[in-house]
Amino acid sequence: MHTITLDSETDFDGWRQAARRLALNQVKPQDVTWTVRGGTPELFSTETNDLPEATEGTFNVPAKFVELAKAAILHRDPERFALLYRLLWRLRSHHDLLSVATDPDVAGVSAMARAVHRDEHKMHAFVRFREVGRVNTHFVAWFEPEHHIVELAAPFFAKRFADMPWSILTPDVCAHWDGHEIAFTAGVAKSEAPTEDRLEETWRSYYAAIFNPARLKVKAMQTEMPQKYWRNLPEASMIKPLIASAERTAGAMIANEATEPHKPQKRQDEPMARKQTHDTQARGTIAALREEATGCRACPLWKGATQTVFGEGPQSATLMLVGEQPGDKEDLAGHPFVGPAGQMLDRALEDAGIARAKVYITNAVKHFKFVPRGKIRLHQKPNTPEIRACRQWYERELAAIRPELVVALGATAAQSVLGRITPINRSRGRLIDHDGTKVLVTVHPSYLLRLPDEKAKALEYQRFIDDLKIAADQLRNSARAA
Amino acid sequence: MDVQRKLEILADAAKYDASCASSGTEQRDSSDGKGLGSTAPGMGICHSYAPDGRCISLLKVLLTNACNYDCLYCVNRASSNVPRARFTIDEVVKLTLDFYRRNYIEGLFLSSGIIRSADYTMEQVVSVARKLRDEHHFRGYIHLKTIPEADDALIAEAGKYADRLSINIEMPEETSLARLAPEKDVRAIRRTMGRLRLKLDEAAERPATKARPPRFAPAGQSTQMIVGADSASDQTILKTSANLYGAYRLKRVYYSAFSPIPDASRALPLIAPPLVREHRLYQADWLMRFYGFDVGEIVDGHGSGMLPLDIDPKLAWALRHRERFPLDVNRASREELLRVPGFGRKAVDRIIATRGVTSIRVADLARLHIPRNKALPFIVLSDHRPSVRLLDAAGLAERFRPPAKQLGFGF
Repeated sequence: MHTITLDSETDFDGWRQAARRLALNQVKPQDVTWTVRGGTPELFSTETNDLPEATEGTFNVPAKFVELAKAAILHRDPERFALLYRLLWRLRSHHDLLSVATDPDVAGVSAMARAVHRDEHKMHAFVRFREVGRVNTHFVAWFEPEHHIVELAAPFFAKRFADMPWSILTPDVCAHWDGHEIAFTAGVAKSEAPTEDRLEETWRSYYAAIFNPARLKVKAMQTEMPQKYWRNLPEASMIKPLIASAERTAGAMIANEATEPHKPQKRQDEPMARKQTHDTQARGTIAALREEATGCRACPLWKGATQTVFGEGPQSATLMLVGEQPGDKEDLAGHPFVGPAGQMLDRALEDAGIARAKVYITNAVKHFKFVPRGKIRLHQKPNTPEIRACRQWYERELAAIRPELVVALGATAAQSVLGRITPINRSRGRLIDHDGTKVLVTVHPSYLLRLPDEKAKALEYQRFIDDLKIAADQLRNSARAA
Repeated sequence: MDVQRKLEILADAAKYDASCASSGTEQRDSSDGKGLGSTAPGMGICHSYAPDGRCISLLKVLLTNACNYDCLYCVNRASSNVPRARFTIDEVVKLTLDFYRRNYIEGLFLSSGIIRSADYTMEQVVSVARKLRDEHHFRGYIHLKTIPEADDALIAEAGKYADRLSINIEMPEETSLARLAPEKDVRAIRRTMGRLRLKLDEAAERPATKARPPRFAPAGQSTQMIVGADSASDQTILKTSANLYGAYRLKRVYYSAFSPIPDASRALPLIAPPLVREHRLYQADWLMRFYGFDVGEIVDGHGSGMLPLDIDPKLAWALRHRERFPLDVNRASREELLRVPGFGRKAVDRIIATRGVTSIRVADLARLHIPRNKALPFIVLSDHRPSVRLLDAAGLAERFRPPAKQLGFGF
């Protein structure tokens, strides 16, 4: 039988050294008794450390074990040293043991580590400082931790309250911060701690005011703030009276007769949400159309979207580009072609020698159609009724701009512009006369983004540029003719 | 009026906002010796709990409860007779620092009634954060309510100082908001949420070549929906949530059971708040976000559009999809395990680690913190297989329902 005496309740290094030497000497867990110096010695045991001789050699344990053991050793259960040694012993022949959450030793040590971390967390939460002194003020708290966590929990307070001197007094050990380093001293009695603070009455009235008596959930409160902590929380004296009066207060809120409505104060400004711009815009201009379209409910797509994304560009534009519908980013920003497809379009316009600032850019459908998938929105192709419902806006934009040429980007745009389903590949690359408007059909820039193969991407990009150049040439020719 | 009286009024006015989170932000502390405060690593810290079961993490107050708006569900609506108060900027700053030094709170959650204009109100709210951060070097947590339609520069500044920003969507349906809060505009709310997301995305992107984008609300944005003030079904509520999570990458949607308020409007149901319903909605929200459930599966498509109140939504789903069970815990995929009643995410992690080494038995359930009676009818373990008759039995659902309470006699 070996009796090991550790220097303190939290002596992890001592435990580690002893455990290593015991294990290397093949001392079985049942042959070791663990005690702490100054603690009550067990019956029939000596206070001396009877470690076996140091042996050459070393062995590995998973890093996770060290992490678990460092936490579990702070547990107040006197059996923790033996349990940790037993787990260490078993780990030497069973390296995967820590993965076995169902093993009683693993479960036991994990539960201890969890309890320690929970207690540390509760200490961070429930310590209440009281201000001492008027000139050189010092903040002092009294706390009764369940486990040996003061050393573990203290650095948190040092980093948080770096600019004020504080002390946390506990029965086991006290921590002090002077603005430079943490010092630990022996535990003290509660009577050493201050008993009040000038702000506690204010804090209590906040606690009472933030409580909603109509939704009493005492059990939920007690699960998170167990009664054992109440004696050191200044606000806890309010709990019982608040519960006692809750039903009455809530009942009164329900039963009270309605009072005469309060006469609202005179508003100093007009309410801001409603911008009155209808009258200021001349009818039929793009600005007026955009304003009118913000409230469009012609199809159900408005419901899930953020906003109507209307066309943008100069009223005098000779070229009008029509895309499919706004995407995720366009929906958020309220502007067409500002997402990845917009960047592709910008690049292509530049390569084709077209200045985007001179082009009117819009979409066949002006709300974003999507299905939410977790944190993203999956783009959905608009269907024919949606395209038809939105076509009025395209028609009115067309009438307002009267461009030389309309370029339809992709199948949805082609369907809207030409009024029928139009295959891109058979129609692209040539000017089409449609109801007196010249139309060019090409792909949508997002098609280029979707191509997986770099070679195909380069080829298709070139075809796209070629189509845009047809548009550029047409505009140059008609400008010259004029 | 003294500060304590103001605090009572302005905390009372703020308590119907359920959010009190202080989690998910960047790591900060004051160990450089300049300033005060830190953020909690990982999850936030709840410094206290009120008897309503809600955590108290932040000093949650309004700057003023005077409001131009007349939202029927709101305690601060223009026509309410509640006492009014207004903090000065310095009063909120001082209160925050005083409470923080005593370790009562993680930081400040500041909102305000709408006074004068959106920009004026937002500017007042931002001024408090600016003073805390720039003058007092406060490193604790700040949550600011964002006023829809506020100027972009003010929103950018709010994001510079705050950890989290939020705008409440209030009602699951646009029509309800139009009826109950005539001055509010869902479209303006959504546009501002969209603006926030663009700024959040920008701050999250770290272009290799350009200078770092400006800091913007590292704990993201959240919102709140009031449950039970209108007739929207749970399905409608969850669909709205799914839409908001996808569109604006919200960190959280808070559900707040509509609760009787002092001097309430008679146009609304004055009944005890539907707390169980609120709880079921949170569970369903979790299923959407962490358990791979689609909004369409959570609520029974053939029913009333409501979640059952007596059993949790995952159990209800499993009872509707018995053909998928029993599931062999030692073989099933992670996605399948997450759908077993009583299996939480941590338990599934532990199961997957454990079964790589040894098989799982009935006795292990307790160590995995899995409620045995709830899970056993749906799973196969190396020493357990539920009887086929049990899974097919009409009475299976009854096993999980809490026993009906007999009406008491007055005695």
